Amino acid sequence: MKEALRFKVHPSRILIYAILVAAVVFYLLPIYILLVTSLKSYAQVNLATMWSLPKGLHLDSFLKAWYGDPAKGMSGLSHNFMNSVKLAIPATIISSMLGSLNGYVLSKWRFRGANIIFPGLLFGMFIPYQSILIPLVQTMQAWGVATRPWLASVAAWQLPIYLDWVKWLITTYTPAYGTIGGLVLIHVIYGIPITTLIFRNYYAEIPDELIEAGKIDGAGFGGIYRRILFPISMPAFVVVIIWQFQSIWNEFLFAIVITNKAEVQPITVALNNLAGSFIVEWNVQMAGALMAALPTLIVFIVLGRYFMRGLLAGSLKG
Amino acid sequence: MRKHFDRDRLIAVLFITPSIFAIFVFVYGFIGWTGWASLLKWNNIAMIPKGSLFPQVDFAGLENYVRLFTVDQRFQTDLRNTVVFTIAFITGCLTLGLLLAILLDQKIKGEGIFRSIYLFPMAVSFIVTGVVWRWVLNPGNQTSGPVGVNLLFDKMGLPFLQSAWYTNPKVWFIQPESGVGQALSSIGLDFFTTAKFGIPLAILSVVLAATWQMSGYTMAMYLAGLRGIPEELREAARMDGASEIEIYRKIVLPLMRPITLSAVIILGHISLKIFDLVSAMTGPGPAFATDVPAYYMFDTVFRGNHFARGAAIAIILLISVAVLVIPYLINSIRTEVQR
Repeated sequence: MKEALRFKVHPSRILIYAILVAAVVFYLLPIYILLVTSLKSYAQVNLATMWSLPKGLHLDSFLKAWYGDPAKGMSGLSHNFMNSVKLAIPATIISSMLGSLNGYVLSKWRFRGANIIFPGLLFGMFIPYQSILIPLVQTMQAWGVATRPWLASVAAWQLPIYLDWVKWLITTYTPAYGTIGGLVLIHVIYGIPITTLIFRNYYAEIPDELIEAGKIDGAGFGGIYRRILFPISMPAFVVVIIWQFQSIWNEFLFAIVITNKAEVQPITVALNNLAGSFIVEWNVQMAGALMAALPTLIVFIVLGRYFMRGLLAGSLKG
Repeated sequence: MRKHFDRDRLIAVLFITPSIFAIFVFVYGFIGWTGWASLLKWNNIAMIPKGSLFPQVDFAGLENYVRLFTVDQRFQTDLRNTVVFTIAFITGCLTLGLLLAILLDQKIKGEGIFRSIYLFPMAVSFIVTGVVWRWVLNPGNQTSGPVGVNLLFDKMGLPFLQSAWYTNPKVWFIQPESGVGQALSSIGLDFFTTAKFGIPLAILSVVLAATWQMSGYTMAMYLAGLRGIPEELREAARMDGASEIEIYRKIVLPLMRPITLSAVIILGHISLKIFDLVSAMTGPGPAFATDVPAYYMFDTVFRGNHFARGAAIAIILLISVAVLVIPYLINSIRTEVQR
């Protein structure tokens, strides 16, 4: 009797699936238009047929979005894409390490005042960044002035050709206004609250007896971290790395006020400029948007489970 | 032994000190700095003497704030827009998120795929969302004819669904001549019958794009909550003869209240801070119909050099976010201590 019932499709089930599929259409609609528009050749970009599939695969839009169109004075996104890579990877790694150490201290070495310090740190992740933007720009500009002689002396260094990358490293990552290093510093600092929160919650679940055992064995602050906590931190690291990578890659406000020159701007700023320009065709804009979205989308597709955990951690529920 | 222990505690504090210091300066110090700047007569980049960090200008007291609330039409339009945006965005995300979560909780085949599709917009930048939705909702013009979804509606034989989307300058408000309008004016509330208390239609397009991006997140939060309800609880209710709908109304939904609260706080603070999406999708819009304080602040400081005014807007934004978030923060930390 029960078996027979299971095979009968209840009308309400059909309704449920119909609503779920309608929602799929809503969520995929912009992606559909993004794909079909960017895969069309220029000749096919016609407003009247914008919803129809492209005839054949054309990658001209991507080439144009990537390399630009010097004839029209339009610069491509390739450089900005690489800027985002140079920004997001070091900033993610540094802020994850910092968050891990902070979380370790706050969960296992509770000190007097920690009850005030922790919420004080957390508030930092909710503030509208407009409220720190003016001082931030001024400070970074002052830093730019202060580091100028140092950078000039670096530029004058006589280094063998195979050590040239040292100069590049220093000029790129010296934190100041208008450098990628400046943005790295900003993302590391304003990433402290969320990374500390996720690691603290993760370490809080690890029994204190483990730490006590380490102390009895003679391990100190560093030893306990290296030998006991760090090896079991991978799940938290994955969550934090995904979270930080996607928020830094997608960030716009800091990028637009700190990087004033196209050579250092990350891809979000460049895409925004591209889309705001009237000489750029829609298919090129869509190709650019897809490029800007692709790295985080790939991370989402490959590591979606952890991504979700990061999201829920952001709601303070560990 | 004990001495060793104390040394390690000192090392621990030393390790966290740089972070505390950085947050103290870059969050609290800078907020104080912005607060101070908001009290100045500072509307020119040249007011900062060479080699100094601070402008040399007179105090304005609360003048900048007073100006925003009394004469600044753009700011008052922005306040209206933020309220409309926040209410519509939160309502949209909660409704859609809860609906999808409940449906996905019905032992759906391919649940993982549905979930991923609903959630993926979260991974995308607001800039990408803005650029794509600007294209999707492009209303077209006289020469091009309908474009984007308007074209889709046209082809489906639903031309009445066409709209000017984010280019619509119209503002819905209670007309003074209408019955409600006259009733309001008879009790002295006739200021409600102005466009200042209306709904700018253009901003609803931005809300649509924002809901597209964030509703999957709400769905994920609710779904995690639904999965946390023990099956025995529902089973017991079924034994008592409750229908599935009653189970949801009397047992499941009340248990979702804390999640709704978290979602309101998170979505609310996102919506108060919304900047990227507006920037990429519409800018200030027709008659500032899609302008928001966060955008105005950026515009007036970095394009207009009105530092003090921008600082005042930023402080107002900060206060509105703090009012929303601080009670929630205190509460979650208190419950954590109890646990």
